[in-house]
Amino acid sequence: MDKMTQLLKLLENTKSIEINEFRMDFDELELYLMPAIQQAVQKSVETRKAISQEALVMEEFKVPIQDYPGQVAEVQLGKGTRKPVYLGGQQALYRFEEAQPNPPVVTFDVFDIPMPGLPRPIREHFEDVMESPGEWAKKAVKEYGANMVTMHLIGTGPKVMDKSPREGAQAVEEVLQAVDVPLVIGASGDPVKDPLVLEAAAEAAEGERCLLASANLDLDYRKVAKAAMDYDHAVLSWSIIDVNMQKTLNRYLMKEGLTQTDIVMDPTTCALGYGIEFSVDIMTRTRLAALKGDTDLQMPMSSGTTNAWGSREAWMKKDEWGPTDYRGPIWEIFTGLTMMLNGVDIFMMLHPTSVKLLREIGETFVNDYMTTPLPEIDNWITQLEG
Amino acid sequence: MSVSAMDIYRLLPKTNCAKCGEASCMAFATKLSEKEMDLELCTQLTPDEFDTLEDLLAPAVREVIIGKGDKTVTIGGDEVLYRYELSYYNPTAVVIDVSDDLPDNEFEERVKTIENAEFERTGEILTLDAIAVRNKSGDAAKFAAAAEKVKDAKYPLVLCSFDPAAMKSALEIVGDQNPLIYGATENNIEEMAELALQYECPLTLFVPGDLEKMKQLSHTLRAKGLKDIVLDPGTFTGEGIGDTLDNFVMIRRLAVEERDDDFRFPILGIPALLRLNSDEDDVTKGIKEATIAATLMNKYADMIILNGSEIWELIPVLTLRQGLYTDPRKPQAVDPGLYEFGEVDENSPVLLTTNFSLTYYTVEGDLKSGKANCYVLVLETEGRAVDVSVAGGQFNGKAVADLIKDTGIEDKVKTRKLIIPGLGASVSGEIEDDTGWEVAVGPRDSSAVPDYLTKME
Ligand code: SF4
Repeated sequence: MDKMTQLLKLLENTKSIEINEFRMDFDELELYLMPAIQQAVQKSVETRKAISQEALVMEEFKVPIQDYPGQVAEVQLGKGTRKPVYLGGQQALYRFEEAQPNPPVVTFDVFDIPMPGLPRPIREHFEDVMESPGEWAKKAVKEYGANMVTMHLIGTGPKVMDKSPREGAQAVEEVLQAVDVPLVIGASGDPVKDPLVLEAAAEAAEGERCLLASANLDLDYRKVAKAAMDYDHAVLSWSIIDVNMQKTLNRYLMKEGLTQTDIVMDPTTCALGYGIEFSVDIMTRTRLAALKGDTDLQMPMSSGTTNAWGSREAWMKKDEWGPTDYRGPIWEIFTGLTMMLNGVDIFMMLHPTSVKLLREIGETFVNDYMTTPLPEIDNWITQLEG
Repeated sequence: MSVSAMDIYRLLPKTNCAKCGEASCMAFATKLSEKEMDLELCTQLTPDEFDTLEDLLAPAVREVIIGKGDKTVTIGGDEVLYRYELSYYNPTAVVIDVSDDLPDNEFEERVKTIENAEFERTGEILTLDAIAVRNKSGDAAKFAAAAEKVKDAKYPLVLCSFDPAAMKSALEIVGDQNPLIYGATENNIEEMAELALQYECPLTLFVPGDLEKMKQLSHTLRAKGLKDIVLDPGTFTGEGIGDTLDNFVMIRRLAVEERDDDFRFPILGIPALLRLNSDEDDVTKGIKEATIAATLMNKYADMIILNGSEIWELIPVLTLRQGLYTDPRKPQAVDPGLYEFGEVDENSPVLLTTNFSLTYYTVEGDLKSGKANCYVLVLETEGRAVDVSVAGGQFNGKAVADLIKDTGIEDKVKTRKLIIPGLGASVSGEIEDDTGWEVAVGPRDSSAVPDYLTKME
């Protein structure tokens, strides 16, 4: 063996060498010096080859379980006269690693005005109750099994009906009377007025532990945080497809005195076909960060799944695409389901069929691995009709 | 977990002979690590060296090719568990089954439906990938007859039968087309492996609900010299969907993180099984089948077999696939600036949209199909949609004013009226103040824009 090959051999398990003052990474040495003496190097490759030609030995099957240093905080919604619902609390990504504490939760959208803009497949189900938020909420809970109700105070929008915060609070009171599930309280999306509306609503719902939607960097999030603390509610922390924005906002909210168990995050749900993959990436990164121990991101996540209805494939009449009656619900399920599979805990939804199917799948998430009787599929090739 | 360029470089000849087309071995190694070149291009390797490198370069999940010539689909090839880390490679192949028990005319019609199913989204035509012929009859002659009927079909084939005799009779007809054999089970593994070797076809291993056994049988196949294997751990629907998901996730984790060679293969899911023994109506079955498809595509299915062929069921499935398999490393944006549609002159209307590619192509499609004549200003929103960029602050008055100045639109039109998307209504005042233009809030969805422009005239 010539010198260079010996050197290479010597360095096989070394990362760098030190020659007096001169220091160079082994990689660099090899890269810059070798082409000149390539013959020598050829030989050292032989040793590597031997390793790849090991016999076909089978290792034992082991369930691939990972260790997670962090865990997701558990947030309680509903107190006082509400039946409580719990979000989050996961200590692992999958149920085969660690039992999942809480099934995904669905909250039905209810509005304080009749909402003529809602797509027909949804209006059909709620036409008779749209004049009354209380009746609307009741129907969502009684007929469609909503775990929660989201009271959207759209009517308070200055360009909508400019209802006063007081009037908004009254709609909240009406819904609190009508149902005993926890509420999400949403405003109109006006950065100036929203904090005032949420404050009035929070006061009206004191002690009921609602989720105030939302605090974000564009409005007076301090006021929203304070309203939550004064009247015992939780806050929805809304960021726009940006993990760092989410971290910053959560940190600000915690500086105001809220804790992990008072915050739910909304990293923004882009609908199927309209950037859903961005949401997939953000949700995945956020949940992995939580389990790795990032305390700024250890809160449960929420999805504004109703965004799906803004997609033209969901509502636009077009014969070659088939009936919107089927397309709409599927668009909402796909959007919600995709978020659920990437870590989201609570879903704001509109259509009864979508809610039903999402929950059917979501509820299996809290069972343990291989404890459910499985359907017989061994002979599917001959048994499947059609 | 892709291999570093340095690890590859170590195994190259290091002569910098440039026969591969790259200036140096290091440059070639870099291209290899980024999957931009094929190892075959280096002509200076001994067969052993080639094998070692090929092994090193192999993705965590083996790529399996089904079909031949211009009738092929490739599945697998993934390196990561989460798409944000790199990208998912070969999109999930979407396959529809056809039963060998159907009367001739129905069979033919179904094959046509499969071949013709397509849907255009953002400038891309989305289609299906393969046809699964299913030996429902249990009869070898019928299965062979069905194979004969799809011999000249447009797509590659999956042959579904657990009966080796039936499989053999079908392979005698289409075995030279490299179909995917489905499948080997605990009971027929010897015969099926034999057929796969004889016809040099990829083989699916079906072991429902038992990963331990799946590992053993996969190992058996590998020991026999089979390389192109597809794994079907069973698609249990209803209450069983949780177990199905767990099995899919475990297989992929074992492949990517543990590099367990018995699991480094593409996964097949069969949402069609939702229809097994179901007495629900057809629409509900269709919606549920699509739902299972969405679930499995999100968690690692490299191929799915559906039974439903209604376009309203396929559109969301194909759309989800398009989204999940977009490369996250490439910005989803078009160049900002001024675009012209139809015949424009100094009186043409001026529209505003964002440079998020989905938004732009949607608007483009609508303007073209509506034969609109107009200018479109495309705002740099770092690839964000209208609502997202309004909320995120990229869609603002100052940015629009700069865009108007940079594009020189004021020299091209006499009007000073800008039509902005309905979703941007909340910043209309700000845009007016900063640009000095009059702002009209247009429709929320661009499909209504051509009509809107006609009415304006
Ligand atoms: S052909 Fe091979 S040896 Fe020659 S430069 Fe390319 S990689 Fe190096």
